[in-house]
Amino acid sequence: MASIVSFGRYLPERRLGNHELATTLGCEAAWIFQSCGIEERRVARADESVTDMAVAAARDCLVRADRKIDLLIVSSGSSENRFPGPAAGIGLRLGLAGVPAIDLPMASAGSLFALALAARHGNTLVIAAEKMSVPASEEPLDRNIAILFGDGAGVCLVSSDPREPGLEIVDSVLHSDGTWKDDIRLGWNGPIHMNGLSVIMQASRKIPAAIQALLLRNAVAPESVSAFLMHQANQNLIDRVARALNVPPDRFYSNIRHCGNTSSASMLIAASEWHETAQLKAGAYACFAAFGAGFHWGAVLARQKS
Amino acid sequence: MNTQERVVAVIKRVSRQDVAPDPEESLFESGYLDSFGLTDMVSELEKEFGIVVPDSDLSPRRFESVSKIEAYLQKHAS
Repeated sequence: MASIVSFGRYLPERRLGNHELATTLGCEAAWIFQSCGIEERRVARADESVTDMAVAAARDCLVRADRKIDLLIVSSGSSENRFPGPAAGIGLRLGLAGVPAIDLPMASAGSLFALALAARHGNTLVIAAEKMSVPASEEPLDRNIAILFGDGAGVCLVSSDPREPGLEIVDSVLHSDGTWKDDIRLGWNGPIHMNGLSVIMQASRKIPAAIQALLLRNAVAPESVSAFLMHQANQNLIDRVARALNVPPDRFYSNIRHCGNTSSASMLIAASEWHETAQLKAGAYACFAAFGAGFHWGAVLARQKS
Repeated sequence: MNTQERVVAVIKRVSRQDVAPDPEESLFESGYLDSFGLTDMVSELEKEFGIVVPDSDLSPRRFESVSKIEAYLQKHAS
């Protein structure tokens, strides 16, 4: 079985706090925090691209565990070009020219899908990078969207070498259903469109259901999972998923308060932070989960190797 | 209580508002429910009426007003 050997991340320097944002949007800073649990988000410089952030996060990951890479999968719903996607350019900057690099243009759930695919392939660098501040600040401004998004990149290295330490990827469930394809969408021009009512209704049910199905078929009880690493969409949603699973909320690692929602990058940025201090015992479980535009959603179960 | 009264009781409980909404009033535009309140209300309706709302029926429009909720329940509640 494949294992996650290391994580990496990159967050831009500029912090956009709720007070500054509230002035722009004409709303209360307290309302922003109450709506989504976000206090500040990071914003990339104008000259800082999805590729720049991805390369920085990948280097952070490879510094921790440098391995031969056979495949790159790059998730981004906010890359600058219609084509090519950022994958080939990221590979070039990482000295991996010639290594196949696949673009996965999936917002929010992209890193989860990439992780599940990497587990089947092995020796894969999974990268998720997003510059969501650009579409989120497109006119006409929608304050329900503008308050959520930030920029950043998260990475993990998946190895198929059974001798490698790390988090063994045990199983995954992935789902896609285009019934709600119009409920979060970003065209080539204009702002992000989001039907928040529909998104929250569906996510509140689909995420716990996917996690429960995955855990059930692996005979793992939710309360015995040491850490849940979820797409950082909204703190209220994370808390709701924890409640639905009857799991203490502190099992759900959260950094949304200071990073905002970085779409597909968020799960790996959170995992990277968590992994630095996590002291998982051999055999302990971690569960990844995400939900996003499409809708695409699912979960990945991993177990700490000895 | 009839169906409408039970629906209104659920809405008041979830939204923590004392005033009952008008039957045709949008629960979203009038501020009774946000996205999380809507999700809670559907869960409460499931308990109150002993039904299971499938994901495919989870369209905000279906639950936008007291009268629309009543219409849905008439079709699906036994």
